[in-house]
Amino acid sequence: MAHYDFTMPISEAQVRALRVNDTVTLNGTLYGIRDATQIHMFDRGRKTRFDLNGHAVIHTAPNVKKIEKSPAHPTGYAPVCIGTTTSDRMERFTRPLMEQYGVRLIIGKGGLREDSLSAFHALGGAYLAIIGGTAALETTWIEAIEDVDLDDLNPESLWKFRVRGFGPLLVAMDSQRASLYDIVNDAARGRRAAALAALGVKD
Amino acid sequence: MKVDLKQVEEAAKQLYIRAVKLLPPDIKQGFAGLDATERDPTAKRILGTMIANIKVAEETDNLLCQDTGIPIYNVVIGRGVEVDGAGLKAAIREGCARATREHPLRSSVVHPVTRKNEHSSCGRSVPVINFDFSDEAESLSIEMVPKGSGSENNSWLRMAIPAEGVDAIKSFVVDCVLAAGGKTCPPTIVGVGVGGTADLCVHLAKVAATRPLGTRCGDPEGAALEQALGQAVNRLGVGPQGLGGDSTAFAVHVETAATHITMNPVAVNMQCHSARRARATFSPQGIEFGY
Repeated sequence: MAHYDFTMPISEAQVRALRVNDTVTLNGTLYGIRDATQIHMFDRGRKTRFDLNGHAVIHTAPNVKKIEKSPAHPTGYAPVCIGTTTSDRMERFTRPLMEQYGVRLIIGKGGLREDSLSAFHALGGAYLAIIGGTAALETTWIEAIEDVDLDDLNPESLWKFRVRGFGPLLVAMDSQRASLYDIVNDAARGRRAAALAALGVKD
Repeated sequence: MKVDLKQVEEAAKQLYIRAVKLLPPDIKQGFAGLDATERDPTAKRILGTMIANIKVAEETDNLLCQDTGIPIYNVVIGRGVEVDGAGLKAAIREGCARATREHPLRSSVVHPVTRKNEHSSCGRSVPVINFDFSDEAESLSIEMVPKGSGSENNSWLRMAIPAEGVDAIKSFVVDCVLAAGGKTCPPTIVGVGVGGTADLCVHLAKVAATRPLGTRCGDPEGAALEQALGQAVNRLGVGPQGLGGDSTAFAVHVETAATHITMNPVAVNMQCHSARRARATFSPQGIEFGY
């Protein structure tokens, strides 16, 4: 169980070294992405001007405040509260994000499925679990909203955040096809019969 | 008692903002209880982060979770309360929109077909406003629940049949918790509706999921079920965030209603660990904010 401090972007070798139960802290650039962002990028043919190659994306749609543009707030947006959302809905976008944009790390909660694991294995990627519902804390790791694209989709725009000490995040799915979610789900399903027996259910 | 609709609008605004920032004391106690008994080191770390987040939100006057949810307002009108019902609905809706624009909060509400966001947290039939009546004299209570989508997306109804008996209810709840895994942001409050019509059953599940921790179902049969189911789901090992551990649910809450001789409906609706609620109570003495 190693800990890694990454300044983004990272290489394929760096992501392939990650194993489940390792922890990662990110610095530098982090992109925020969501359902509508990816529906527009991959189903409706829109492109982003951002270079996501080697970067991490977090499944998010932040609370932001419109303010005067300034060097500290170049987009005219100040972060209010930035957290994460359930990743499972965005399962089918993992592969195109990696194939077409070179994304290396996906951050979210609740985990992704088999096709994402295959994409991580084939292309070199990993899923980092951040704790859902702890956005007040996570917001303190965000230094600024540096840029924004596809902003007609607000709040599901493509956000470019600058982060410092963003973590520790738990490596929950790695490029070796290991998934903590699968391990926990399989074990939980294995306990189903005992739980029903304790309830007196004849199954 | 005559209710001033301007005050209702202001309270509806304040309630949304309070709800997304301050976790009720019963939920904080629920966290302390889970933290004291959790045996898995990863789960214990995750619970510790969740508890720390509650404090950070209070200290930085920030939102607990980025998901501002679908706004729900539950209004209970006591005896001797004079209020214009249509005006009350309009005032709550305007207060909800003002909280969104003026704080500002992320509007998480879109049209279901066009997906257009009005950036007001309002839309057709949203905020959800439920009305009920109580025996209490000169009291009007408004509870606000910002219902997060991670938990709401994991909602189920099964129209079981009488021959399947209460076993169908028990196994359905266990299977819903397994299907939800980490997607509902566990530890959750698992809300179970038993009986009624299809729509009432689902509504009861929501009432159960958003009831304060420590409260029991008013029907002794429901109370017995919630006790047994609470122990059973915490044997599964799903754990906080679905990453393993003892703390899968704070509790299972059950609400019951009479049903048809041919029916045996069961519904599950979950509340995530950010189990947010806020309440304003109007009385002749003024407005009191609580949970």
